[in-house]
Amino acid sequence: MAARLTTRAFTAVRPALRSPMGIRSMATVVHPKSPSQTSTVEEPAASPDAKIKTFHIYRWNPDEPSSKPRMQTYTLDLNKTGPMVLDALIRIKNEVDPTLTFRRSCREGICGSCAMNIDGVNTLACLCRIPNDTKQETKIYPLPHTYVVKDIVPDLTQFYKQYKSIKPYLQHSAPAPDGKEYLQSKEDRKKLDGLYECILCACCSTSCPSYWWNSEEYLGPAVLLQSYRWLADSRDEKKEERKAALDNSMSLYRCHTILNCSRTCPKGLNPGLAIAEIKKEMAF
Amino acid sequence: MKYSGLQREVLSLYRKCLRGCRTKDATARPHFESFTRTEFEKGIGLDKKDFAAIEYLLRKGQRQLDMYSSPGIRDIR
Repeated sequence: MAARLTTRAFTAVRPALRSPMGIRSMATVVHPKSPSQTSTVEEPAASPDAKIKTFHIYRWNPDEPSSKPRMQTYTLDLNKTGPMVLDALIRIKNEVDPTLTFRRSCREGICGSCAMNIDGVNTLACLCRIPNDTKQETKIYPLPHTYVVKDIVPDLTQFYKQYKSIKPYLQHSAPAPDGKEYLQSKEDRKKLDGLYECILCACCSTSCPSYWWNSEEYLGPAVLLQSYRWLADSRDEKKEERKAALDNSMSLYRCHTILNCSRTCPKGLNPGLAIAEIKKEMAF
Repeated sequence: MKYSGLQREVLSLYRKCLRGCRTKDATARPHFESFTRTEFEKGIGLDKKDFAAIEYLLRKGQRQLDMYSSPGIRDIR
């Protein structure tokens, strides 16, 4: 078993098949190991049906703040890897390079930890299939326009602070009539469909150009979607206060319906629509 | 000597940290002060043109200050 594991590990560190294209000019690409080290341990002529896929992954180590971010190249045999990008990342971390850092938890698209930019699209690594075309090289970056904590881990402090600022909880003065819970009709509950499913992965907010330029003041699609989730809730009593908090030029009206948010949402929600609904409620 | 904006930001963060030390107990204060100093001295070899690194360390320092200035943290070793 151990022997099998090591051969599997070596398949993954074969010298990178790197194309001259598709690498951002600001980042440099470094081989995971020099060819002289790896050529001696190459797996017996990788089986003809091996599907070798190349991944370019953004790396940056905060322990050496003066070092520049770089792209690192890994190759994996897709036949031995799970179907999703997260499986590939976990395999790289387990078998090739334990220093690779990323957030992950549920691996089924409900925690929102593994949000990252894969081939130019913000998505959850656990919901993104590895493209089957092995000629196409996959590039993985952290969420755009976020401060990077390490490798592909973004700093979401500002995002969570904004989420806190909209008071994402039921505001009700009187205790529930039956002493247990506030009830609502089925129709009122239906209004929350498409809103409550948001897992706050920040894919939409970080894909929004308005949010890139005004992330200090503009709340961003994810937080506005949640804001509307509480505005639309029939049980909430502070609707006017919530609306008043949004009634300025920055918090809400920096949305110019670019709709990158709806296009990128890995859960298939529509933050653009929710923002439009808020705008409508504010107008009438 | 005229300081650049970045230099002034670093100095202001250092002042904020020292002010934060003053909110702590008299017995713990020297510990916080020496911690502040060692944290800043870690970046002493940095190239002064390395803006990305300095800005990163400023953000990191601000985060650390926010964390350590909470009243729940009474002493540091």
